[in-house]
Amino acid sequence: MDKLFIVSSSPHIRSNVSTQKIMRDVLIALTPAMIAGIIYFGIRALYLTVICVITCVLTEWLYDKIMHKKTTIDDLSAVVTGVLLAFNLPASASWWIAFVGSIFAILVVKQIFGGIGHNFVNPALAARAFLMTCWGARMTGGAFIPVDAVTSATPLGILKEKLAENLPSYMNLFLGTNVYGCIGEVSKIALIAGGIYLICRRVITWKIPVIYIGTVFVLSLIFGQDPLFQILAGGLMLGAIFMATDYTTSPITSKGQIIYAVGCGLITVIIRQYGAYPEGVSYSILLMNVAAPLIDRYTKPRVFGIEKVKKLKKRSEVV
Amino acid sequence: MNIKKATFKGGTHLTYNKELTSGHNVEVSIPPEEIILPVSMHIGAPAKPIVGVGDKVKMGQKVAEATGFVSVPIHSSVSGEVIAIEPRLHPNGQKVLSIIIKNDMLDTPDENMHPNPDYKNLGSKEILNIIKEAGIVGLGGATFPTHVKLSIPEGKKVEYLILNAAECEAYLTNDEALMMTSSDDIIKGLEIVMYVLGIDKAYIGIEDNKKAAIEKMVESAKELNVDIYSLATKYPQGSEKHIIKAISGREVPSGKLPIDVGCVVLNVATAKAIKQAVIDGKPLIERIATITGHGIKTPKRMLIRVGTPIEHVLEQCGGFTDAEKFILGGPMMGISHFSSETPVIKGGSGFLLLNEKEIDVSESKECIRCGKCVSACPMRLLPLMISNASVNNDFEKAEKYNAMDCIECGACSYVCPAKRMLVSNMRVAKREITAIRKEKAAIAEAKAKEAKN
Repeated sequence: MDKLFIVSSSPHIRSNVSTQKIMRDVLIALTPAMIAGIIYFGIRALYLTVICVITCVLTEWLYDKIMHKKTTIDDLSAVVTGVLLAFNLPASASWWIAFVGSIFAILVVKQIFGGIGHNFVNPALAARAFLMTCWGARMTGGAFIPVDAVTSATPLGILKEKLAENLPSYMNLFLGTNVYGCIGEVSKIALIAGGIYLICRRVITWKIPVIYIGTVFVLSLIFGQDPLFQILAGGLMLGAIFMATDYTTSPITSKGQIIYAVGCGLITVIIRQYGAYPEGVSYSILLMNVAAPLIDRYTKPRVFGIEKVKKLKKRSEVV
Repeated sequence: MNIKKATFKGGTHLTYNKELTSGHNVEVSIPPEEIILPVSMHIGAPAKPIVGVGDKVKMGQKVAEATGFVSVPIHSSVSGEVIAIEPRLHPNGQKVLSIIIKNDMLDTPDENMHPNPDYKNLGSKEILNIIKEAGIVGLGGATFPTHVKLSIPEGKKVEYLILNAAECEAYLTNDEALMMTSSDDIIKGLEIVMYVLGIDKAYIGIEDNKKAAIEKMVESAKELNVDIYSLATKYPQGSEKHIIKAISGREVPSGKLPIDVGCVVLNVATAKAIKQAVIDGKPLIERIATITGHGIKTPKRMLIRVGTPIEHVLEQCGGFTDAEKFILGGPMMGISHFSSETPVIKGGSGFLLLNEKEIDVSESKECIRCGKCVSACPMRLLPLMISNASVNNDFEKAEKYNAMDCIECGACSYVCPAKRMLVSNMRVAKREITAIRKEKAAIAEAKAKEAKN
């Protein structure tokens, strides 16, 4: 037998997890919220999502083509970015808002920094922030009001303008019925179902979403707000389950993830309480994204067999 | 005796594929026409041949002697005639001086080693010498001379003697086979080691996917003061450092040895070899190995004589079908080899023939910082950071991230969804850091010399 075998460095077997499979699981987890969005906002929700996904994928493909790089669209991460961006738009947004936002997310936030794994903030959230800055009126407030509607604003908007008598019930908030907001954020039950799926599939751990939402709950209580209303209203569930858990822009260490999630919760509550905007989820996640590398650096786990005394030694060396 | 449960933090679950051979009988391999005995089948100085071409040898006769303390002799596993002493392909990928013996198929035994059924009449030193002369090395795969491990340095005390039967590697079932067939011998061997070390308690760690083996060991060990641990099935539970952590709660400090925290860990196969050497007067000339994988016709567990050409063993398993990779050892830490024309050596626990489906040759993609490697790393390192530093030739940074503490278990590469070569990059970093350290030491030495002059 003179056959020559393949030689390589160990290990010789690998798990069947791949980037593509992870992204596919995220898309599956986003499906219930997508369906809820279509039910509550009509076919426009689907139409905007399709525009976002197609633009995201095309932008990535075109960029790779122009830069003579091997295309990375098969990892499905651009599709996830597209869906998440659409979920952050009001259903009344024009097609070109979705189009411009998608190009910004993929080109400026993701590809220019080196593509998947190299963006320092979440592309969909950065694009949302960009759209809010440029076309605020089309992204907030009145944009959420369907043509034939009677109510005036999102739950948090109502709260901010102190129109307490119009506040939706917990049940409405939980199911997303008779509540206005972005396409993907209204139905909490759909988002939680997606989150449970991701945790069961081990795509994410419970840490970031639970600690983030828990922090908002506790701080709202301290600030004298209705904590249940605060966690059910707005984009908190969408942000905590699908955006804050983005691998690339969240810390890799276990301790770091806790600090990151608490930070997200803290900033969210502060913006909601004192900020000019009714909602603070996207900015809080963006800010903590930027802090993630720093958090990682200071939360390195203790290496097996190395005692914590090292730091003290170093200090004594300096002295 | 109660069975305790324990494990360590981190690690990962593998696709084990143990059912390919688990539960099968252990077959005795047909003696080969000729055997190839490399003079280096252990860690330490290679042995020196003491026979010449044309010499007649008996089964169990010493054919090469130890050259120093950290070295062991080599014995012929057949009777016959030495036909050549020349470099042959060694499982490590290089050509190594080997003694080739033609088998006369008579198995004439050598009378030089004596059985010692009453080993308690002997002193520790004498028993250690028997262990050395029998050529016993760590049979878990590391092949470190056992008599060295059991020679406890002055001032050190053994508090935990741990018998490692975790067998956490995927595919391999040879330790399980050993426990099922010779649990009494293993326990007898453990008793001898306890006597040598002068301790009255021992610990045995077995992964809980081997329920029958645990029962068997409990049954055999009931007269002895032994705690049996049913360890969680998690890779790398059988790593020396992690079985110590699970059972004793102690961490072997970075760069130190188990004995520094009062622990000695032995593989079950080594314990059996010790019993055979001391009580039966038989040197280490055979071992049980797992021949498995989806690339071989009939996966088997076999009792094979040391020096048997692997080809000969594979033929008895029906040869290979669509194998793409040939691995010596387990799939996580074993060495892949381009050719199967090497002999079975003392540390050869497994021979794997994996087909294309099993090896997954998909290319490496960009790291997505998912952190799966971080939670899988049993040493609590940040594999992605070390790997990236290594790829960027920033070895100082790799060192800061404790690259040298990597045990190369492969858990990080296994779980990586981007299929990155994390362990491979880690090895590069370790090699470079060692080189840089050496260079620095040499410069410092030269400077010191200059200052003196």
